[in-house]
Amino acid sequence: MTRRKQTLDLRIVETALLVADAPLPLSELKRLFAEEISTDSLTALLAQIQVDWAGRGVELVKLASGWRFRARPEMQPYLDRLSPEKPPRYSRAVMETLAIIAYRQPVTRGEIEEIRGVTVASPIVQTLRERGWVEVVGHKEVPGRPELLATTRQFLDDLGLANLRELPPLAELGNLVVTEPEQQTARIE
Amino acid sequence: MNAPQTALPEPLAHLFGEPLRELPHDLYIPPDALRVLLESFEGPLDLLLYLIRRQNLDILDIPMAAVTAQYMQYVEAMQTSRLELAAEYLLMAAMLIEIKSRLLLPKPAQTQEDGHDPRAELVRRLLEYEQMKLAAFELDQLPQAGRDFAWAAVVFEKEAMLNLPEVDPGDLKAAWLTILSRAKNKRHHTVRADELSVREQMSHILKALAGGRYVDFVDLFDHARGVPMLVVTFTALLELVKEKMIAVTQEAAGLPIYARLAGLGDEE
Repeated sequence: MTRRKQTLDLRIVETALLVADAPLPLSELKRLFAEEISTDSLTALLAQIQVDWAGRGVELVKLASGWRFRARPEMQPYLDRLSPEKPPRYSRAVMETLAIIAYRQPVTRGEIEEIRGVTVASPIVQTLRERGWVEVVGHKEVPGRPELLATTRQFLDDLGLANLRELPPLAELGNLVVTEPEQQTARIE
Repeated sequence: MNAPQTALPEPLAHLFGEPLRELPHDLYIPPDALRVLLESFEGPLDLLLYLIRRQNLDILDIPMAAVTAQYMQYVEAMQTSRLELAAEYLLMAAMLIEIKSRLLLPKPAQTQEDGHDPRAELVRRLLEYEQMKLAAFELDQLPQAGRDFAWAAVVFEKEAMLNLPEVDPGDLKAAWLTILSRAKNKRHHTVRADELSVREQMSHILKALAGGRYVDFVDLFDHARGVPMLVVTFTALLELVKEKMIAVTQEAAGLPIYARLAGLGDEE
């Protein structure tokens, strides 16, 4: 690949990513080029774009559904000044339900309730489904055929993750048992 | 909304202000504080976990009597204010009392399987819940789209671009030629309407014969202007002959027919 050709290819991929309003998967990016482009070359171009944008307020990130430009989280406090209404945080009930679905998927509502020790109110699951983070992926073959819940690609995208393995690791059960105050404090914060 | 035990500087911790290493032998809960506390618990497991963690008890060796007594105080207060929550909390209370009573009973040697601790299942559930609770906290710390970062996208009116067809000079030329040919058709139609006037054609023939020239009959017909024009021309000629304005003559059959103005020839 000549240098000029590569510069052009870089510009093409960069422009496509900049004007896209959703993550672009490699398969989609390949369609930008009339001739066949290998996954390796494309990945190299994307890596180069990441380097080119280093130090800017916007960065290129790899997500579950593909590649997308986003504003760096450090910029958010400034951007928030433009829109006074800050999106509210989800309640602990919602976040705990989400965590169980994310780490234990696919799970039924009953299984979530068993772990949390309380009824999972419908609005909680509804909130997560409306956000597009949780979906029904099937039914468990037990009486009542309860819905099996799982997280979506959009969930990973919105948290800036490429796959479930990038979720924060679970605390080891062994560590939870340790009760020295120092360690407890450290773990909690 | 954070759990009371997750943040040490929280005022509630001071409310119960005992040093962590010292087990409280009795527990006094101010009613107002309790109401606030109850709001922040996610369920009986959460409350139980709070009681154990706050007092730095060994979760693997829960002192059932103390924990159950404290738990029951919360549940009793709860029943007066948040009745709809009570069922789940009561279930846990029943379980705690059951475990406590089983610990108190002397072990029936024949059935008890190798010193199985009745607290084990409770511990397993507490740990599993705590694990997920911490995971939820970690998950909430991740930057979230829309809350902690914004997607970047250059505004690009894709729809508008797709809806506007491409135009090049060739298309313009083709369009112009179409207009021209249509105009030609129109002109043809309007002109023909005029030509269909026999009177006008009569004048035209007279002009052609002006000066007394002999004109070949055939030359008076303009073939390029279509059949109707030929008919009109012929009709005009007949009309001129009838009105004796022109004379049409032929020397002999088969020879050319000539037309001339009527008056001139007669006088010669």
